Amino acid sequence: MQRSFIAKNPSVLIFFACLALFTLAVTVLSEGFGVGLASTSFVKTLGKTLCLCLIAVAMDLIWGFTGILSLGHFAFFGLGGYMIGMWLMYERTRLIVVESLSQTEIPPTPSEVVDAIGNQIFGVVGSSEFPMIWAFADSLVLQLALVVLVPGLLALVFGWLAFRSRVTGVYLSILTQAMTLALALYLFQNDSGLRGNNGLSGLQNLPGVTASQDFVSVWFLWASAGALGLGYALAAWAVSGKFGSVVRGIRDNEARVRFLGYSVETYKLVIFVLTACLAAIAGALYYPQAGIINPAEMAPIASVYLAVWVAIGGRGRLYGAVIGAAFVSLLSTWFTGGQAPDIPLGFYTIKWVDWWLVLLGLSFVAVTLFAPKGMGGLIDLWTRRKSPNRHGLDLGPDEGALREQEASK
Amino acid sequence: MSTLLEVSGVSVSFDGFRAINNLSFRIGEAELRAVIGPNGAGKTTFMDIVTGKTKPDEGRVIWGEKSISLLKMNEAKIAQAGVGRKFQKPTVFEDQTVQENLLMALKKPRSWLSVLAYKPSTTDLDQTAALAQEIGLLDALKRNSGELSHGQKQWLEIGMLLAQEPRLLLVDEPAAGMTPQEREHTTDLLLEAAKTRAVVVVEHDMEFVRRLNCKVTVLHEGSVLAEGSLDHVTSNQEVIDVYLGR
Repeated sequence: MQRSFIAKNPSVLIFFACLALFTLAVTVLSEGFGVGLASTSFVKTLGKTLCLCLIAVAMDLIWGFTGILSLGHFAFFGLGGYMIGMWLMYERTRLIVVESLSQTEIPPTPSEVVDAIGNQIFGVVGSSEFPMIWAFADSLVLQLALVVLVPGLLALVFGWLAFRSRVTGVYLSILTQAMTLALALYLFQNDSGLRGNNGLSGLQNLPGVTASQDFVSVWFLWASAGALGLGYALAAWAVSGKFGSVVRGIRDNEARVRFLGYSVETYKLVIFVLTACLAAIAGALYYPQAGIINPAEMAPIASVYLAVWVAIGGRGRLYGAVIGAAFVSLLSTWFTGGQAPDIPLGFYTIKWVDWWLVLLGLSFVAVTLFAPKGMGGLIDLWTRRKSPNRHGLDLGPDEGALREQEASK
Repeated sequence: MSTLLEVSGVSVSFDGFRAINNLSFRIGEAELRAVIGPNGAGKTTFMDIVTGKTKPDEGRVIWGEKSISLLKMNEAKIAQAGVGRKFQKPTVFEDQTVQENLLMALKKPRSWLSVLAYKPSTTDLDQTAALAQEIGLLDALKRNSGELSHGQKQWLEIGMLLAQEPRLLLVDEPAAGMTPQEREHTTDLLLEAAKTRAVVVVEHDMEFVRRLNCKVTVLHEGSVLAEGSLDHVTSNQEVIDVYLGR
């Protein structure tokens, strides 16, 4: 019982090794640092995938371990992306403006510079004034702080209201989805201050960095791998001890936890805010690699995908979430990127761009019905983890409770 | 003997049905009490009110020497104040080991920060082992509690309650579904617990209540019908009419 954290959780060490190996391999194959077998855009895809794995870890923490099916975590992901995007866009535009104004004979005043930046950024939505929310956009440090503060605060207020009134199960899922939808719809408006449906663009260009994208893409891959490693370790540590016992207890039978004297609402809120911050960090690393963010990224469907990834990967085990997110999102890139060969049936040709979602939906249904362990179940063949035979009984009375097949003996 | 819990004039109705009707009840510091009554007499609702699950329409629930009202507190706060509850159906955390179940119940700070930083000390582990010994689950410490038999789960839940070190233990039908030997063991556990704290046992089984050998409160239609020794209440004509005579 008194062994170290790593000794108790060998999977963390294995995960670190795999992640390090993967990062090294991609670096060696990249155009910037290696032999150039992996194209820069592919390196970016892999870097983005690592960010998606990180938000999947957050999702597993809240759904797989605490039993709260949140359908709103991509809102926090998107907010994190917007927060870093504001600085990237402001600073890069400022450099361009300063450069072009330096050609003029009279040096520009600071307010002229700011006005010119505003014109550049907001011209597309017919405005040139900086809205209030851009007040800190000129400071990288403050904007980095806002990456976790803004989504964290939103999660805190939303979670406090929702958990305090003891909304659970499907109703809570609907509430989180409504929150995401409301946020996306708000950001779609031109006067929301974040350029409406144009979103923020050009985020792949780091201000003041002259290195080509071949190098920048690998830097971001490293940063994403580092964030995923830290996030994974944090999540694994949080669920390994007594805190993990309490949140798993909340998942399976929250009334019982309450009668043990634990404030269930506070624990839920802590997990909700923590996972929102993890999601936001993932988003802040994702969008500079994607280059563009717009409100469509935060549409409720994105958060539903997130739940699908975790379900396909295997709920209630962190590596399952990572495997699910990596596998499904890479496969989805392959299918929707036009790389998958069409299947001619004579009377009809299956174009995967159109049919991929159908395939994903079918596999989700199939996994839920026939392989509730998800892809993590494949690992069980190796670790010889077995499920108990409970004749179909869940491990607790609550809606989010672990199912028989998801449990281990 | 000073009073630990005093319930007075409590009433609660659900959609017009009066589950508890002007109920008054009091129990002292170290006392064993059996509560009996036919189905629908309000036994479980009574426990719900004391533990904060149900808010009564009227009445008072006063706790401890400082005479705090429990009505303004939530379930977690009431549990922290020292009220432990055992449910009719054994409810343990089936996905977790016996040891994890007991560690979670041990009387330690309940705030999320201290729980996150918590590392079981040798004393804590010894304490869980001692408890496991008492409830006959020492060999099962590392087993998932979902694998335990029905009776073992009941004991684990009693063990968790003892780990909480409550001043008042509310126990709902502890002997249901137990073999005669298991019942005997359960009786011993409860009698032992009642030496240092107040224990209220809700039970249907007269034989079991007789073995507890304590004061009995008979509930009927949400209020107290009779109170006293088992022989005293079983000779009461009203009690015979509503409960025993059927």
